[in-house]
Amino acid sequence: MNLSSELRQFFLQQQTRRTFLGRTSTGLGALALASLIHPRLLKAAANKDKWMGVVREPHFPPKIKRVIWLTMAGGASHLETFDHKPKLAEMHGQPMPDSFTKGKQIAQLQGARLTCYGPQLKFQRFGKCGAEICELFPQIGSVVDDICFVRSMTTEAINHDPAHMFMNTGSQIAGRPSMGSWTVYGLGSEAEELPGFVVLTSLGKGGQNQPIAARQWASGFLPSRFQGVHLRGKGDPVLYLGTPPGITRDQQHDVVQAINTINARHDAVVDDPEISTRIAQYEMAFQMQTSVPELMDASKEPQSVLDLYGCKPGDGSFASNCLLSRRLAERGVRFIQLYHKDWDHHGGVKEGVTLKAQEVDRACMALLTDLKQRDMWKDTLIVWAGEFGRTPMSQGGDGRDHHNAGFTVWLSGGGIKPGISFGATDELGYSAVENVVDVHDLHATMLRLLGIEHTKLSVKFQGLDARLTGIAGKTIEGILG
Amino acid sequence: MSGALFCVVASAAQKVDFNRDIQPILSDNCFFCHGPDANKRKGKLRLDIREEAIQKKAFVPGKPDESELVSRIFTKNADDLMPPEDSHKKLTDEQKNLLKRWINDGAEYQSHWAYTLPVKPTAGMNGIDALVEKRLGELELKPSPEADRRTLARRLHFDLVGLPPKPEEVEAFERNNSRDAYQKLVERLLASPHYGERMAIGWLDVARFADTIGYHSDNPRNIWPYRDYVIKSFNENKPFDQFTREQLAGDLLPNSTQEQKVASAFNRLLLSTEEGGAQPKDYEARMLTDRVRAVGSVWLGQTIGCAQCHDHKFDPITQRDFYSMGAFFADIKEPIIGRREDGMLVPDGKQAAELARRHAEIERLQKDFDAPHPELADAFAQWEQAQLDALLGDSGWISLKPVKSESSGGAKLDVQTDNSILASGKKADKDTYALTFENVLASVAGFRIEALPNSALPSNGPGRADNGNFVLTEVIASIQRSGGSSEPLKFTRARASFEQTTIAENNPYKAWKAAAVIDGDGKGESFGWAVLPEVGKPHQLHLELERSTSLRSGDKLKIELRQNHGNGNHTVGHFRIAAAPDELTVRGRFVVPPSPEIAAILKVRRDQRGKAQADKLFALFKSGAPELANLRTNLAAARKARNDFEATVPRCIVSVSAEQPRTVRILPRGNWLIETGEITPPALPGYLSPQSSGTNQLTRLDLANWLVSRENPLTARVVMNRLWKQFFGVGLSKVLDDLGAQGEIPPNQPLLDWLASEFINSGWDTKHIVRLIMNSRAYKQVSTAPKNQLASDPHNREIARQSRWRLDAELVRDNALTIAGLLVPKIGGPSVKPFQPAGYWENLNFPTREWESSAGEDQYRRGLYTWWQRSYPHPGMVAFDAPSREECAAERNRSNIPQQALVLLNDPTYVEASRVFAARIIKEGGRDAASRLNWAWRQALARAPKPDEIETMSALLNKHLNEYRGNSDAASSLIKIGPSPVPGDVDVPELAAWTSVARVILNLHETITRS
Repeated sequence: MNLSSELRQFFLQQQTRRTFLGRTSTGLGALALASLIHPRLLKAAANKDKWMGVVREPHFPPKIKRVIWLTMAGGASHLETFDHKPKLAEMHGQPMPDSFTKGKQIAQLQGARLTCYGPQLKFQRFGKCGAEICELFPQIGSVVDDICFVRSMTTEAINHDPAHMFMNTGSQIAGRPSMGSWTVYGLGSEAEELPGFVVLTSLGKGGQNQPIAARQWASGFLPSRFQGVHLRGKGDPVLYLGTPPGITRDQQHDVVQAINTINARHDAVVDDPEISTRIAQYEMAFQMQTSVPELMDASKEPQSVLDLYGCKPGDGSFASNCLLSRRLAERGVRFIQLYHKDWDHHGGVKEGVTLKAQEVDRACMALLTDLKQRDMWKDTLIVWAGEFGRTPMSQGGDGRDHHNAGFTVWLSGGGIKPGISFGATDELGYSAVENVVDVHDLHATMLRLLGIEHTKLSVKFQGLDARLTGIAGKTIEGILG
Repeated sequence: MSGALFCVVASAAQKVDFNRDIQPILSDNCFFCHGPDANKRKGKLRLDIREEAIQKKAFVPGKPDESELVSRIFTKNADDLMPPEDSHKKLTDEQKNLLKRWINDGAEYQSHWAYTLPVKPTAGMNGIDALVEKRLGELELKPSPEADRRTLARRLHFDLVGLPPKPEEVEAFERNNSRDAYQKLVERLLASPHYGERMAIGWLDVARFADTIGYHSDNPRNIWPYRDYVIKSFNENKPFDQFTREQLAGDLLPNSTQEQKVASAFNRLLLSTEEGGAQPKDYEARMLTDRVRAVGSVWLGQTIGCAQCHDHKFDPITQRDFYSMGAFFADIKEPIIGRREDGMLVPDGKQAAELARRHAEIERLQKDFDAPHPELADAFAQWEQAQLDALLGDSGWISLKPVKSESSGGAKLDVQTDNSILASGKKADKDTYALTFENVLASVAGFRIEALPNSALPSNGPGRADNGNFVLTEVIASIQRSGGSSEPLKFTRARASFEQTTIAENNPYKAWKAAAVIDGDGKGESFGWAVLPEVGKPHQLHLELERSTSLRSGDKLKIELRQNHGNGNHTVGHFRIAAAPDELTVRGRFVVPPSPEIAAILKVRRDQRGKAQADKLFALFKSGAPELANLRTNLAAARKARNDFEATVPRCIVSVSAEQPRTVRILPRGNWLIETGEITPPALPGYLSPQSSGTNQLTRLDLANWLVSRENPLTARVVMNRLWKQFFGVGLSKVLDDLGAQGEIPPNQPLLDWLASEFINSGWDTKHIVRLIMNSRAYKQVSTAPKNQLASDPHNREIARQSRWRLDAELVRDNALTIAGLLVPKIGGPSVKPFQPAGYWENLNFPTREWESSAGEDQYRRGLYTWWQRSYPHPGMVAFDAPSREECAAERNRSNIPQQALVLLNDPTYVEASRVFAARIIKEGGRDAASRLNWAWRQALARAPKPDEIETMSALLNKHLNEYRGNSDAASSLIKIGPSPVPGDVDVPELAAWTSVARVILNLHETITRS
């Protein structure tokens, strides 16, 4: 691995820090010692260790500060949510014409007879823009004028695990950084006592909960500090966050102070920049022990807010996670990714999507509304996307298989044209045919909104200038406002 | 960039060196469009081959002013500028001038340094110091002094065995003034069984060893014996060439041993999937590329993986090279999709002897059973007659083959060749099988339903309930006339060969009678015909029609088997339906008809049967002959005992060569849907080796032999480069997995070449090289340095000092457990599960899983034995940069993040280690705080605490002692963390306070640092 730019940056930071602190022969050690009396001073030192991002001068005027990515894990059916296909209803029960499917990837329907399966739920027009979406999403319908539907999304992969990898890292090979890691690597984070990239997961009630691997938020070949931190609904919200039984917070602080004091003295002897970083990390860890539980405790939110989301704090629901994502956004977290599972409707797609609508509809509306009320919507990008869509053909008589040739995602927030639909699938909802876009394009667009030219955010890896967008990707200009 | 301040870039007076100065510029800035990949080449110009560049007039050697290249890089005209703006590449003025001077000097090319065989520089017996110091001299730098004995002892221990030294060992070493004390310590550590463990960590990273398959369900596979093979190989100092051959082709070696076969598990370490809907061609391609990337990284230091979709952009690796490399592995037998097989048995010596004994026992019994048994001639004749009778009794029945069979409960009903139907898949408590038949007899008087045993069913069936039972509650039959009308058929009588009488208290029939099957469910739908305890045997049910019915062509017969018992999956798993043309047959006796095969033999006259036929018949007789019952029981018991014992023997998935390898084709753009690419047999990379002209298909063994041949310029360099990193913190070429054009030409190439040559000449003797490094002056230097040196060479590329770094993830754990006195130093065995936070695996599925912490000593094993779950590796290790091992990881990050503090402060593993350490401090450290602190410091850091450290710790101790005296409940809960016993005779608040002290010690930067 070659991280020359990262190393260069780190080196520069070390240099600047030394200048800032007026490093003398006693080194930072003495300073850290002094800071035991003046914790603020140490915090200043720690902040100097803060990652400011490699993109110091934005390539474009940034439209957003942060991303909230709502992953509908399992692969939401576009045909029962946001892509209305009356023609498919007409063809219901008839063989799927060969011309649509020939030479395309098929997952579980390999070798099966392919039969058209009409949309199982009714659609309705909403908002001034008149967007036609499934009638079970009236809350999303109520904010549809703030939403941009992209109905021509495509992806390369057709099985869950590789498809998530592709959607998150732009590659189906494990070991590449996730988009949240790239974002924090590029821009740093404003969060003081929280990681810059946070992941929340929730289970669906339908039980089709596909596994999600930690690699989906790993930093890959980027340094570990850029990895996503999974905030958990049960147990310690961050692994190992809780102080062990029998130790008070003050005592924990005593221990941290003693460690830092001795480390600082050691630094004075050996002059190792890693030591001051470690001191700062112990401070940060100690702060997180308070700040994270405080963040996770939404019980003090006004009842009106809880009602808006329709959640009980601590219930681990998607709605709760949407509320948490707003709290994270407020605290400066750069990239927040939610996984809501149970969209894998090989069978019972009608009942399945009905259940999912109950779980996500109000929460999505609430998130958009809440952000708007706080004037944060305009500098946030919200993305709603599964890892793929589902087949217009039936599986097992009442379900749909995985599908990568065309599906719908939606975006909302700063820099996005509101109240439009972009692109389209063919009349049966099989292939994207109009304004076809792919995952790389989605990533390029997201980076553009953050002020980054996607071809310029790269790291040397295996000899290549590795990027989130691989060797492809073009901004979806048509959805930018 | 780090070394750039020192790297000798051609100064004004010096000749420009192509490999050092020019090639990196061309590769990084030009080759993407003007390099080896013909498909991406712009203007048909390639700059990687001198002749072609000159021919296309890219430059005129000696005449920069007439060279297009020079004018294009200096031009102010954006349209002409190279590299063009949209490439986001930009040359510095220094680079431009270098290119100009190089053309001026004649534009000489050199072959890429790493593709030229290493030439051993003359540098004496231990060339390391000569070559390090030669280069330092050129840079006007001086080596640093030797580190003190304590530092050296700790450094050697961490580097060679991965465990901290005992304080008394360090003290003895400090006191030992003999000249060879250091050398002896090196030898002692090289001979330690923990040496293999330490060396294995890096190899397991590059080989991507893990306990699970990686994708989706990420289920376990049997693989840990491979890890132990690696440890053992390092301990035995197995020559690296042999180590290579065994891993890539151990199974192909003549008379390969169990160990060599286990080694070949290397080829099985890749990622695989069990996901439903995964497409075999897709995963065949993924697995091929996985293996090619691995060989590329592990041995060649080449990013061959980049040639999956197109020729390599920077190195002369073609797409054909990629697929022909993959073809070496096309012979490996494996499921492409789905669960891995259990793998081969890997018994240790004792287990092997036991297995042999049990095999011999089975063989002996089998021999008895197989004997001719002339004494059974009469019994056999009687049996044969009975079979003939049964055949005759069956002759009236015509078995029916359904044209349609459906299960309302979602079971899969498969019609077998003998017209029987086997149920599988979904089980339901209530299920109706609806069967449709066409072209039945002209006249039907009744039906027979045979419930048949089957080994695929629980307790061998015939039912699908766990005990092998079923309850057939009602049978409904009707005829669908071709005209469309439907006529129900009425039964008058039902008889069965056996009816269950047990568990019938609540049954209105007081038995599970055949009659219930035709009672219209008048006595409750849950009652019917059942057969307990006579499971695992065939049973018959005869159903007589009220009156014979006649069928015409086009009529359909429908039969429904209703099974409404309602619990325990009491459905029939294997059955057959036959029709009788006349009442006599229906009313006839129950027979178990011989199978069609046996029936065919019976029909042949005895003296006209062939030997195979006769044997078959005799074998069937013996399988049920009461005279052989004892023998059969003993044989079955012996087999079961063998199987039970086998189940306790470890297994490992290994390489097994299939006779017919998979066909490997070039996949255009890497797209597996395109199956028209050219077929590529196994071949060595064209740019590194002459193509074989032989007609024999090359094998994995040929590949392995070539990798470790003297003709291969890369392997020894790659391995030595990694080894250097292990002992100096950074490789001689800093990009460990790429020695190609985009890698780094090592600033001290003679040193790398010397090591590589010495490695090969020594017979690939790893310990020999380790020994040379350990005994070098370069290795023994201090790791501190004056400011100017730290600033100018922050990453220690020039080795004017030693380096310092935080211990690897596994060693952070080992170190803490050792200091606490908790480490169980057992070597090898199944992976273990030390404490892990509950719920960490909540996002795993198929099946869902909960981590179950190991009990007893396995809670305290070394980090490298921790269960490696690829999609959720142990979080305490991930925090310290342990890789997921999904891909070859030649280099770990070395991060410094808050999660590390959280682990060391709060993970119960470390809190337990602290409180156990604290108990030892109190018990063994003397009476007063000062001597205890002194003792503790020595245990952890092999030095005495400094006065200010004592001051800090005493303050902490006193404060916490006071607090715990006032709150002994808190103290008791603290000292109970972890499964280790709490010492009985202990002052609880005191132990808690000392636990705080111990926690500080285990968290110190110095504690977790190798310096």
